[in-house]
Amino acid sequence: MLKALRRVTVKENKPVDSVAEFEQEYDEKRKRDKYVLRLYVTGMTEKSRMAIENIKTICEEHLSGRYNLEVIDIYRHPVLAKGDQIVATPTLIKKLPVPIRKFIGDMSETEKILMGLDLRMKKD
Amino acid sequence: MVRVNTKVKPEPEKFPAQLEKSMSGITGLDEITGGGLPKGRATLICGGPGSGKMLFGMEFLFRGATQFDEPGVFMAFEETAEELTGNVASLGFDLEKVAGEGKLLIDHVRVERNEIEETGEYDLEGLFIRLGYAIDSIGAKRVVLDTIESLFSGLSNTGVIRVELRRLFHWLKDKGMTTIITGEQGSGSLTREGLEEYVSDCVIFLDHRVSNQISTRRLRIVKYRGSTHGTNEFPFLIDEDGIRVLPITSLGLKHAVSDERISTGISRLDGMLGGSGYYRGSTILVSGTAGTGKTSIAGHFADASCRRGEKALFFAFEESPAQIVRNLRSIGIDLKPWLDKDLLFIHAERPTLYGLEAHLAVLHKVIQKSNPSIVIIDPISNLTAVGSQSEIKSMLIRIIDQLKSYNITTLCTSLTTHDRSLETTEVGISSLADTWLLLRDIESAGERNRGIYVLKSRGMAHSNQIREFLLTDHGIDLLDVYVGPAGVLTGSARLSSEEQERSNILLRQQEIERRKSRLERRRKKLETQIESLRAEFKAEEEELKSYMEQEDIRTVTINRQRKAMAEIRKADTD
Repeated sequence: MLKALRRVTVKENKPVDSVAEFEQEYDEKRKRDKYVLRLYVTGMTEKSRMAIENIKTICEEHLSGRYNLEVIDIYRHPVLAKGDQIVATPTLIKKLPVPIRKFIGDMSETEKILMGLDLRMKKD
Repeated sequence: MVRVNTKVKPEPEKFPAQLEKSMSGITGLDEITGGGLPKGRATLICGGPGSGKMLFGMEFLFRGATQFDEPGVFMAFEETAEELTGNVASLGFDLEKVAGEGKLLIDHVRVERNEIEETGEYDLEGLFIRLGYAIDSIGAKRVVLDTIESLFSGLSNTGVIRVELRRLFHWLKDKGMTTIITGEQGSGSLTREGLEEYVSDCVIFLDHRVSNQISTRRLRIVKYRGSTHGTNEFPFLIDEDGIRVLPITSLGLKHAVSDERISTGISRLDGMLGGSGYYRGSTILVSGTAGTGKTSIAGHFADASCRRGEKALFFAFEESPAQIVRNLRSIGIDLKPWLDKDLLFIHAERPTLYGLEAHLAVLHKVIQKSNPSIVIIDPISNLTAVGSQSEIKSMLIRIIDQLKSYNITTLCTSLTTHDRSLETTEVGISSLADTWLLLRDIESAGERNRGIYVLKSRGMAHSNQIREFLLTDHGIDLLDVYVGPAGVLTGSARLSSEEQERSNILLRQQEIERRKSRLERRRKKLETQIESLRAEFKAEEEELKSYMEQEDIRTVTINRQRKAMAEIRKADTD
């Protein structure tokens, strides 16, 4: 990240507002980030359905074209539950970009999810 | 608290006379619970930090997997599988091996609040699935949840957790899992989160206390629905074989008794005990002040036992094995051959080495290992260094009852201090003893001698005499009782008194001899007199006889003269 910043300042050869430039660069980079999300649900319960619906809406609105959402029914793949430390369901795991984050619930609190996914930007 | 969900149970639950139980395999626990933990139900193990909850659960699974062919799932909320495996390896549990055989599965459940964002409604179905999958994959019969309370710190919606926990425990019960749930002790309640509300079948409380710088672990069965159980606190020990609960078999005094008698090793002491010694399986207390020969009495007993070919176990709290052997050799008891032949075991330890319950456990362990027919504890009074009188008493009751149930004859020695009455023991176990030999020193005429008497001996006619005994180079020698005019005499007083008596006898005998010879002389004198009288008489008789003969001659002569005269005179005849 630092490397990129230095390259930018040298190229444009302007007085530097480094904070603003850093943020701009960071935002742009983040907008290019690929999101790998995994949602664990337990069959087609009401909570599962809600969670799938809610997360799909969020992804389409904010991550259109650069996300990969995998929905896993742990009734069918119980062995995966252990690896990803699933206790509560539904659970959403943000695998990429790092850091890994976990969300539990029916994904109805959009604001919390956006914050957690680092999609709530300063200017929004 | 638990509502029985009748809908899920396909078959009506049967209530046999006794609840079906699942052997825990934990040494001693199955004895105090009458067969183990409730089968197919949940047991709550609660206690403070470091009280051994996790280990309890782990041993339950390990024993189940290795001894009872019941695979188990350990759901760890606090430690990872690697940490757990390492922690219990020192206790002889090779979890990797058991896990490799498919009999144990450890699932580490990590719930970190700062890693989780709660966004709306959720349940804990994920946990159910994980547990269910783990159970199904190894065909588990046992489940341990350690410590499920961590969910409360990991998730904020306690309402959901409570509902889900209740559902989880029902679910486990329906699956027929014998479950252990561990819970951290809360202030004023058994567990911090009130888990006891959900688990109503069996609650066991573990406690770890330190008093007088010696720590003691204790276990108490708070409740056990549908089963009788001891409500006392049972000391337990965590050693290299895992948990060892020390059972009290004194729940009843039901041990069989033996009429067989065994020798004390001192024939004249056998004589004092109705002629044939102690009862087999009885408890003998030998008490006395310092240096009265308690260990020697014990040594004789051990020696006699080994001579019969029976194993003896000697617990020494004061002397090392080598010292015991040397000291007893000095009074002619050679224990060395018995040690060599593995007939005698000496287990020597300082009482302060560890706490009472640890001693008790070690006693148990050694007894079980060597399977002796007699046990000597020398001396029990030394245990006061590590416990109060009541604690020692309860420990001794346990050990004595245990030994009695095995029909092992036990001889305990106890040191009595001079500032107490002789007929009390330091630890107050006199009522437990069947035979009580009291050794005392008898002080008189500037010396100290050893005396022994049988204070009590249940079920036999025993001597009531105080006997003096000597420690000679051929063992303990009980002397004849010498009762002088001033009571029982001992030591040199006895010797001088005996000497006096001997000279008196001599004097009397001499007097008799003298009188005898005087009489003899007198008799001889009389006989001489009789003889002379008889001679005199005879002389007189002779004299008379000769006189009579002369008379006869004279008469004849006279007659002849008369006749001749007549012839001369020519007198006519008739």
